Amino acid sequence: MRLVKLEARRKMIDRIRSLFARNDALPFDIEKLSDQDNLYDAGMTSFASVQIMLAIEEEFDTEFPERMLTRRTFASVANIAEAVSQLTEQSN
Amino acid sequence: MDTATITAKSLLDSLFDNDILFETGVDGLYGRSGVFEEVIERFQRLVTRLGAPDKATAIHFPPGMSRATLEKSGYMKSFPQLAGCVHSFSGNERDHAKLLGMMAAGEDWTELQQATEVALTPAACYPLYPTVAARGPVPDEGLLFELSSYCFRHEPSQDPARMQLFRMREFVRIGTSDQVRAFRESWLERGKAMIESLGLPCEVDVANDPFFGRGGKMMANNQRDQGLKFELLIPVSSVEKPTACLSFNYHQDHFGQTWGLKFADGSLCHSACVGFGLERVALALFRHHGPDVAAWPAAARAVLWEA
Ligand SMILES: [Zn+2]
Repeated sequence: MRLVKLEARRKMIDRIRSLFARNDALPFDIEKLSDQDNLYDAGMTSFASVQIMLAIEEEFDTEFPERMLTRRTFASVANIAEAVSQLTEQSN
Repeated sequence: MDTATITAKSLLDSLFDNDILFETGVDGLYGRSGVFEEVIERFQRLVTRLGAPDKATAIHFPPGMSRATLEKSGYMKSFPQLAGCVHSFSGNERDHAKLLGMMAAGEDWTELQQATEVALTPAACYPLYPTVAARGPVPDEGLLFELSSYCFRHEPSQDPARMQLFRMREFVRIGTSDQVRAFRESWLERGKAMIESLGLPCEVDVANDPFFGRGGKMMANNQRDQGLKFELLIPVSSVEKPTACLSFNYHQDHFGQTWGLKFADGSLCHSACVGFGLERVALALFRHHGPDVAAWPAAARAVLWEA
């Protein structure tokens, strides 16, 4: 059971990472950053984080509520994955 | 003016009734009386006096700027709803006849106009950055400019403090992160002392720009979390929602990156600006001290008229 969950999370993180890889406004190579690395420190601008936010909503067919539209939510791949799993678990 | 029960609309009506502002038929575009302009001119002198020790370089830009500059600055990413581009007719005689025909028939003739290379200036400092970048590397001690411009924002409203065309006076500091933040700190103090010397109630608070859409909500949260924008607020058209009359903005290296503003060693410049909403300050004075400037409190008069 736990293995299945871990597997699902890994897949979600890969999907999130592929959205970063497709965005050419980012000054870093997402492959070189860990899930925990701070994306703003790596050079992600506020506007780039908005693009990522919109891309994630489309990819996972979900909508972030206002309370989640914060700097912290998008500060790392791990934070984004946490937010997405909260949203998708709620809707399941 | 009865300050207890004031609303945006009643303030606007009282400004019309007292011949301080004049209607034009468009919300947010008003004629200004001689006295209103005199108050603005005297307030400008006060700002000049306070800023004089810093020896800023003054540049006056017209209210229109290069559309390409506005596009490159990223304005359309953040504030598409506020921008205004100038359109003009560039057709031949046949097109002209068609235009007049459409106009006479009450049809939308504006499709026969095309965008020009001019956009209306949304904030006094936007035309500055490429102008500075074109002059080569920024000296180690940084740069300081003093700007003034009419600005346009498309937000029609019956709140006199939310005009579509208004004047903004700015000081803009370009330099290292430390230099520009020290500049902003010094104006946070000077600005508050200045407004208090005019007998106006005010408070300074962290703020955000009116970024467009849901993504804008996040931009606004980011801006607040990082303390990039502060506003000096004075109750003008509402007590609950006081009006931002001065703003203190730290852009980090946004304009440095966009325009390649660099020091001689190649490192990117940061920038900050302090904006004075001239109409808003004048409105605050009329709102709190009354329509007759001769009857304003002696202390405020002394600061504006006698110094
Ligand atoms: Zn500015």
